[in-house]
Amino acid sequence: MKKVVWGNILCNDPIAKDVYKMQIQSSEMGPVKAGQFVNIYLEDKSMLLPRPLSICDAEEDSITIVYRIAGKGTRELSAYQAMNQIRVSTPLGNGYFIEGTALGGQIDDYSGKTVVVAGGGIGVPPMVLLARRLKEKGAEVLAAVGFQEEPFLIEELKQYCREVHVATDRGTCGFHGNAVQMIKEKRIDADEYFSCGPKVMLKALSDFCTEKRIHCQVSLEERMGCGYGACVGCTCKIKVKTNQGMEIQQKGVCKHGPVFFGEEVVWDE
Amino acid sequence: MNNLKEMERELDLSVDFAGVLLKNPITTASGTFSARESGEFYDISELGAVITKGVASEPWSGNPTPRIAEVYGGMLNAVGLQNPGVEAFIKEELPYLKQTGTPVIANVAGRTVEEYCSVAERLSETEVAMMEINISCPNVKEGGIGFGTDPKMAAAVTKAVKKVSRKPVIIKLTPNVTDIAEIARAVEAEGADGISLINTLLGMKIDVQRKKPVLANIMGGFSGPAVKPVAVRMVYQVRRAVQVPIIGLGGIMTGEDAAEFIMAGADAVSVGTAALVNPTAPVDILRELKQYMREQGFKTIGEIHEAFMK
Repeated sequence: MKKVVWGNILCNDPIAKDVYKMQIQSSEMGPVKAGQFVNIYLEDKSMLLPRPLSICDAEEDSITIVYRIAGKGTRELSAYQAMNQIRVSTPLGNGYFIEGTALGGQIDDYSGKTVVVAGGGIGVPPMVLLARRLKEKGAEVLAAVGFQEEPFLIEELKQYCREVHVATDRGTCGFHGNAVQMIKEKRIDADEYFSCGPKVMLKALSDFCTEKRIHCQVSLEERMGCGYGACVGCTCKIKVKTNQGMEIQQKGVCKHGPVFFGEEVVWDE
Repeated sequence: MNNLKEMERELDLSVDFAGVLLKNPITTASGTFSARESGEFYDISELGAVITKGVASEPWSGNPTPRIAEVYGGMLNAVGLQNPGVEAFIKEELPYLKQTGTPVIANVAGRTVEEYCSVAERLSETEVAMMEINISCPNVKEGGIGFGTDPKMAAAVTKAVKKVSRKPVIIKLTPNVTDIAEIARAVEAEGADGISLINTLLGMKIDVQRKKPVLANIMGGFSGPAVKPVAVRMVYQVRRAVQVPIIGLGGIMTGEDAAEFIMAGADAVSVGTAALVNPTAPVDILRELKQYMREQGFKTIGEIHEAFMK
């Protein structure tokens, strides 16, 4: 069964401006797939809804989340101290499709394949666990990550990636521009692309992959209520093959996603 | 420990609701429960009944996103009753719910009287225990709340649905009215077997940084602990206006909140927003209600009703 559990905060440290890395220990967390997220429950009960945050890395009995202070809730989260307890759900969502089959093809054998994990801003964190899992599956992993001005998690990515390419919007370091422009201009080629970041970036990468006729998987974001599929608050439009042909269906980002194949997503809304 | 087990045995939380026996008064609130997803967190057979999401005659796609906004003491939603339609509900959701053994109360959505009737008629052929007719959703343009704010319209829907339904019919009322008791009396007069209240209050949130409404639909339904006093007051008023059983809901977060609704006059309660905040809230609230009853020396739900001093 899925659960909401108490975890111990092992650390909660700033790693860039307004970006924090928190490690939470819990023996009840269970297995974690790259691209899954957890609901974090705040102590201030005037903020009723849980905060869904992507999992950056995971060990047997702990998870690491990396979040940006974006509002009152994440600001409160940043004040939590190591050794304090925190209420957190076990992993939610489906994560990236790197096991079993999807889109009719066998996808769990990555040996001999080159893949790119492309993250944008606060979409970079899930790329760490994803890169690790893909490397474990035999893939040659390249990272293409973009930031506004201050990169983070670069050393973590280097543990699993042969190359880590960095872009900054303001040209403070690395490639001057965004991650997708960098992929195109530096010709960072791969057999498959995986991404998480702003919608405009995901669409640009999806268009690029569609043109090259290769798969890309994108992790979508939408304002969530429950995070587990009960409220149907977070929906997106997905193209689905049916017996009658192709039709557009509404899918729950939290329940059916957050990861979808780029070619399935209806982007122009 | 033995003493606790002894006390547990003595508790009787069962409720006869319009002829349907519920083993306890805790139900889920429509729109906040999804059979398989909620069932991944707790054993839903522990509940008195489950109330499903709104089911329409055909699939509805709902409103554009963002559909959810957090507000102080609650939340806004503008989902707009997205649902796969009655046939998909019967084929995909009902068999799963049926095997849990929990009575199923199907929430029925419609844009016209005919739509409500066609769904009610179709569901009468199935094993749902009761139907909850949603004449109170603030997030659909036609039907929904339009029926719930006018006593004549509310009565007309009730009369028409009662004519085609072979299951008990519960009418779910909106709080967005001047006189809730008048609407309750109108639906009881046309044969409603029960009443549930309250649906969400119409609310709005503006992002003052972006200078735009937070919800794509601009307005949405306000729910959560902040609405509880309004809901308790309305249950109290309706209890004094009608004889039929009442499901009370609106901001129930704890077992004591459930007891408060029962004292106000509810026969059963629905847990809604709390289940989005904490997936196991319905069973947690059941456990807390039992604890409250033990502490207060209550053995039955009826004793909670009777203990209330007006």
